[in-house]
Amino acid sequence: MSDIAAPKLLRAPASQRAFAGTPWRRAVILAGFALIWELYARWLDNPLLLPTMGATLSALWSAILSGELPDRTLTSLRVLTTGYAIGVAVAAILTTLAALSRWGNEALGLLTSMFNPLPAIALLPVALLWFGVGTPSLIFVIVHSVLWPVALACHGGFLAVPPTLRMAGRNLGLSGGRFVVEILVPAAFPQILSGLRIGWAFAWRTLIAAELVFGVSARSGGLGWFIYTSRAQLETASVFAGLLTVILIGLVVEGVIFRTLTRITVQRWGQEQA
Amino acid sequence: MNVAPRLAGLVGDAVSPPLLALDHVSISYPTRDGILTAVEDVSFTLSAGERLVLLGPSGCGKSTLLRTVGGFLKPSAGEIRLHGKRIVAPGPDRMTVFQEFDQLLPWRTVLGNVRYALERGKSLPRGQAEEVARHWLTRVGLKNFVDAFPHTLSGGMKQRVAIARAFALEPALLLMDEPFAALDALTRRQMQDELLKLCEETGSTALFVTHGIDEAIRVGTRIIALTPHPGRLAASFDVLPESRVRGTAQFAELERQIQQSVFADPEAEYV
Repeated sequence: MSDIAAPKLLRAPASQRAFAGTPWRRAVILAGFALIWELYARWLDNPLLLPTMGATLSALWSAILSGELPDRTLTSLRVLTTGYAIGVAVAAILTTLAALSRWGNEALGLLTSMFNPLPAIALLPVALLWFGVGTPSLIFVIVHSVLWPVALACHGGFLAVPPTLRMAGRNLGLSGGRFVVEILVPAAFPQILSGLRIGWAFAWRTLIAAELVFGVSARSGGLGWFIYTSRAQLETASVFAGLLTVILIGLVVEGVIFRTLTRITVQRWGQEQA
Repeated sequence: MNVAPRLAGLVGDAVSPPLLALDHVSISYPTRDGILTAVEDVSFTLSAGERLVLLGPSGCGKSTLLRTVGGFLKPSAGEIRLHGKRIVAPGPDRMTVFQEFDQLLPWRTVLGNVRYALERGKSLPRGQAEEVARHWLTRVGLKNFVDAFPHTLSGGMKQRVAIARAFALEPALLLMDEPFAALDALTRRQMQDELLKLCEETGSTALFVTHGIDEAIRVGTRIIALTPHPGRLAASFDVLPESRVRGTAQFAELERQIQQSVFADPEAEYV
């Protein structure tokens, strides 16, 4: 067959390229929110209810300088990533079994419909009975909060893989774990990625909530404990500084890690529009 | 690269078993309203070097039959043998080119798709697989697109990749499931001609499914017509090389014969 010529591409003019991305729009929206906060807090003039953004930032700064906030954040992140990793690993095992056998499929369907609606925090009393007060209990509830949404998303993604693509894989003689890892996982990656995102958000919520509940008696508490003690001492600016830290970490994880992962995978593969 | 025709297939050998044999094959599967028989009591054989076309209107079970030969479905009665051995599962000795464009792995480049198939289907080491993949992509005219991802290609180019992938694995039998049905008329015509050339150059054996009489005459050496609901053999036609040239009287005559003998309504359009 004769060669098909590659298409010729022209470079877009600089004026178009400068505003092509979304970051500048986000920056404008963020600046708008900051301005509203600052103005409203000044007008309200009640630092106990709503500190100004300036006061919050200075509380944040001093908490960082004193080393307390980085310390608390690291403690939380360590627990969080451990729980997240275990949750994702267990979800991977369960969905692989579900993809390979009917019994596994039914079992996963039943388990997710039983446990996905169950709030992780409701398991905390059980966790405290089983593991006592401390990190293992936190990890237990985080695993629960990550496992089911991630498994549900992976499973849904596997089911949505086009039959032609499955047949193309089986045509090469692929089966079992290799078929799952080399065909189903990349084919279902858009759904898996959104499951990982949801799982991450659930893990954060669960961790902070759990720390607020029993951080009191833990030897070294995390960010939730920092927020809790600040509230007890009526340092509202520090409460807001703690919340801001949670938000900032969320933004970084979403904007850097997940965004990069999306760009180099599903967007590059044409499974999702940029 | 050795691209000589596989001579063994061209010598008609009455003693050895045929390359492919379908022995009273029926295929039925359960639906919501009961058991549906898609194909009933179909028998035929295919010798090496032949290109057999299964021709019939939608719903005659021709794709179901092809998928069963591919090992993706199991016959409910009868058996299918390749080289005398019963087909029980899909395998790279029967490479299928599907109609749907999503048969390519979207996360691999054009080259990656063909190379991966060679690594898994033929257990070639990476370097050798890449060399073979490049050779076949050049033969289908995609030399300039080896690093492109499938979603950036046109439908015709995606089918070219799928064809390159199938040929690269040098299967005993090529299975073509209406590979050009979703293409525009001009591209389809060009692809038929190019596929014919590749098949003749390699001496490949193929089972080709289509609902176009024109396409059947163009690509096949033999045509088997199926009747619908359930699919049964209706008639068989040999295609002589001179009938294969579009616009000739022989081409038109064969087209008329097939239309008359197969389809009850001679006015019906089967394009």
